[in-house]
This record gives sequence, C-alpha cells and structure tokens, in this order.
Amino acid sequence: MSTNINYGDTAWILISTALVMLMTAPGLAFFYGGLVRRKNVLSTMMQSFFLLCMISIQWILFGYSLAFGPDIGGFIGNLSWIGLKGVGMLPNPDYAASIPHQLFMVYQMMFAVITPALITGAFAERIKFSTFVVFSLLWATLVYDPVAHWVWGMGGWLRTMGALDFAGGTVVHVSSGISALVFALMIGKRKGYPDNVIPPHNMTFTLLGASLLWFGWFGFNAGSALGANELAVSAFIATNTAAAAAALTWIIIEWIIAGKPTVLGGATGAVAGLVAITPSAGFVTPISAIFIGILVGLVCYTSVVVIKQKFKYDDSLDAFGVHGVGGTLGALLTGLFAQKIVNAAGNNGLLFGNPSQLKIQFIGVIATIGYSVTVTYILLKILDKIMGLRVEEKDEMMGLDNTQHKESAYTLID
Amino acid sequence: MKYVIAIIQAYRLEEVKQELYKAEVNLLTVSEVLGHGRQKGVTEYYRGIKENGNLLKKIKLEIAVNENFVKPTIDAIIKGARTGETGDGKIFILDLNECVRIRTGETGNVAIG
Repeated sequence: MSTNINYGDTAWILISTALVMLMTAPGLAFFYGGLVRRKNVLSTMMQSFFLLCMISIQWILFGYSLAFGPDIGGFIGNLSWIGLKGVGMLPNPDYAASIPHQLFMVYQMMFAVITPALITGAFAERIKFSTFVVFSLLWATLVYDPVAHWVWGMGGWLRTMGALDFAGGTVVHVSSGISALVFALMIGKRKGYPDNVIPPHNMTFTLLGASLLWFGWFGFNAGSALGANELAVSAFIATNTAAAAAALTWIIIEWIIAGKPTVLGGATGAVAGLVAITPSAGFVTPISAIFIGILVGLVCYTSVVVIKQKFKYDDSLDAFGVHGVGGTLGALLTGLFAQKIVNAAGNNGLLFGNPSQLKIQFIGVIATIGYSVTVTYILLKILDKIMGLRVEEKDEMMGLDNTQHKESAYTLID
Repeated sequence: MKYVIAIIQAYRLEEVKQELYKAEVNLLTVSEVLGHGRQKGVTEYYRGIKENGNLLKKIKLEIAVNENFVKPTIDAIIKGARTGETGDGKIFILDLNECVRIRTGETGNVAIG
C-alpha cells in the first residue's frame, strides 16, 4: 500500500461521501416530497431513491470511466476503466494524491447520483415512471458524464482552459437546471396549472429536506477540498455563510413584498445560496460569500416568483429556477469573487484584477447550457415517440403513487 | 330545503367543484372518507403480500340547497363525477328541516344562500 495515503484525508472524504449521499435520499426526497400533493409524495421520493440505486451501478460499470477515465479529445473519458479496471487503492495524483483512488471514485459517484435527481423537480406529478428511468440513465451517461469530464476530468477542455468549478456549479447545477427547463417545457403543465394553485402537502418535510441538503452540502463543498485541511475549512464556512445570507435575503424580500416571511421562502433561499456558492466555495472569503448569498437570493426570487409566473411554464418544484439560475449565477460570480489568497490552486476573479477569469467562466456556462439543452431535447423527442413522457390524464388525476407504484403514503383509518 | 350527500371518486373532486361553481352552487363541505360498494374494495400488495378488500379512498360532499338548486346541484355532481366505470359513487338527497346561520341567527331559505 502506498505511503502517500493520508488517513485524516481519507476519513474526511469517507464522511463527505456519506454526506453527499444523504443529500439525495433523504434530503432531496423530502424537500421535493413535501412540495407535491399527498397523492404524489411516494412517487416523488421514489425518483430520488431510485436514482441513488441506479446511478450507483452505472457509475461502477462505466460512468466513472466516461467521466474521469483517460481523455478522448477533451470531450469524454475512454472506457479503459470500465468496471473499475485499474481503479484501485493507490491514489491517483491527477485527482486526489492523498486518498485511495476508489474513494475519489465513490465520492464522485454521489455527485453523479444527485444531479439527475435534481431534474425530477421539473416533471413532478405527471411523469411516467418507466420513461423517467430510461431518461435518467441516458441523461447521466450522455450529459452528466461528458460535462463532468470537461470540467474535472484530466484533459477535459474546460479544465485545461482554466475554468473554476470547485464543487460542481456548472457540472451539477447548470446542467441539471437547464435540462429541467427543457423537460418542463416538453412534458407540459400539470393539469390545473397555473389557474388552480397546487399547494405543497407537507411543509415540514420540505424544511426537513432543505435542512438535510444544507447538512449534506458540507460534504459536497468542504469535501471537494479532497482533504482534511485549511481549504476544507474555508469551503465549509463559505458554504454555511452563503446559505444563511441567501435564506435571509429571500425571507426579507417576501416580508416586504408579500407581507409575510414564509418557511418555504427560507428553505428555497437556503438551497439557492448553497447552489450559488458551490462553484466558488473553495475560492472566496466569507465576506464574498455573503455577497454571493444576497445576490442569488435576489436573482432566484425573481426567477421563481416573477419570471415563472409571467411565462407560465410549469417547472413544478423550481429545479430550473433554483438550480439552473442559481448555478449559472454562481459560476459567473466565481469569476468575480475568486481570490488566490484563499486558494493558490485557483485564480483571481474580476474584482481582484483578473477580468479574463470571468470570460472563461462565461464560456463554461454557455457550453454546458448549449450541450445540455441539445442532448436533453433530442432524448426527450425520441422517448416521447417510443414511450411517451407523461401518464394518462386519469392517472395524473388519481396520482402517481397509486397509478405508478400501487401504493399510498397515508392511510385515513388504521 | 334539501341536504345533498354525494360519495365520489377522490380524483373527480376538482371536476365536480368546477361544475358546481358553474351551477352557482358555492356552499360545499368536503371530507375524505373510506368505503366500498359491491366490488368490495381493492387489492393491494405490501412486500409481496396480497391484501384483499381494502377500503377505497372516496370523497364525501355535503351540500345544503334550496328547492330550486336541487336539480342543478345533482346535475353538476353527475357531470363532474361520472366516468362510466364502477366506483363512480352515489348521491343521496335528504329533506332538510332547518338551517341556522350562526353569525346572524337567520333561519330557513335565507340562511342557506
């Protein structure tokens, strides 16, 4: 066994892996599950839970090789690490020099799991489960794996260009958020939307889920330091600070505009803050994190409350409004607020004398959006022809728990 | 005055509500109930174990109406709730002796509307 392994680092990344796992189920499952109606809560939670199972296997078999394997033209990894061939306990210094290569692999697995799960917010309460399964597997393989390679893979073109994405702002949030918008537009609105308000059935679930996401996000961001070190501490603080600032911002805007501070506003604001700080968590000071939190609170509030209402698309649980918009803003703000004093391996942003970083960040976002939109659109066109995207109207009215899973979440008596 | 009680498929509630609004019947009490008719409920599976005769989730509507609104109310419920399949439900119409509006103490026809 290599003497380069640092067991403090290894312990921290093991814990971080479990923390990121927690974000998908129960974190996202409860966050989204509370937001839907009683008749759809199980189907919504099942989507997150099922992805944890399916992508775990996809990643071992070929996903990790496509994302992190030896480079093909800067675009994708090759298949030489298929089934984890050659991915052992020796560290891979290209990715993480002080922990076993397999630990880096499984840590990244949890990112691959949560990304398609984020999209489920866009098609909640009307998706056919079988179509969801096929779409998610294809999306993870054809969108997530290549984009992860561009940004994080050795030889990936955005990594080579110097794009900064500490924990996955573009890879995770921009890619899933923009794909969510495409999905929402193509599957169409839920029956009754937007004329009849479709209220969340259990806000306590939503707050529990949002808080679990916040907790898990320490693994997501501070874990991305890939070591138990000063950088992890810095990312941890930036993460917490941005979440708090964004939640406060959202609550205050609501209080002023709508008259009352709401739980859902606080929960949504916190998630928006976590999304926005993701790409910059390891590059910014706590004071910059406050600014990032405030900005994303303002922008995501506008996108969810104003823009969505105006254009009347049914991004049911705001996967685009929070992750797409917040992720894009976060990636660009990284190009403003990044500082080499925080992380020597990073770069300075526009505010610290390096305007070209913003340009690189911009290219990264545009490429991710363009690629994700195109592939998602083609996938959905094909699946719509072969399988159909949404359930029958009657099934939608009866609820997906009953019609897709033959179960009900709550009993009335007994 | 009549008291209309209807048991309908839970998923038809939205449609029935819309039809009732169209008929200008705006007074409505809704509860979630369990029950079954001649088919004796549904079969569900839990961890592979088959359970027969489970009670079905239904919605109970209760509407107090003056005589001239009885037919529009029943028509609206049927229009919204009928799918043509078993389990569409039933409507019961009862005579209503008295009605009191708590706020004002008014009684009879005035109190319903």
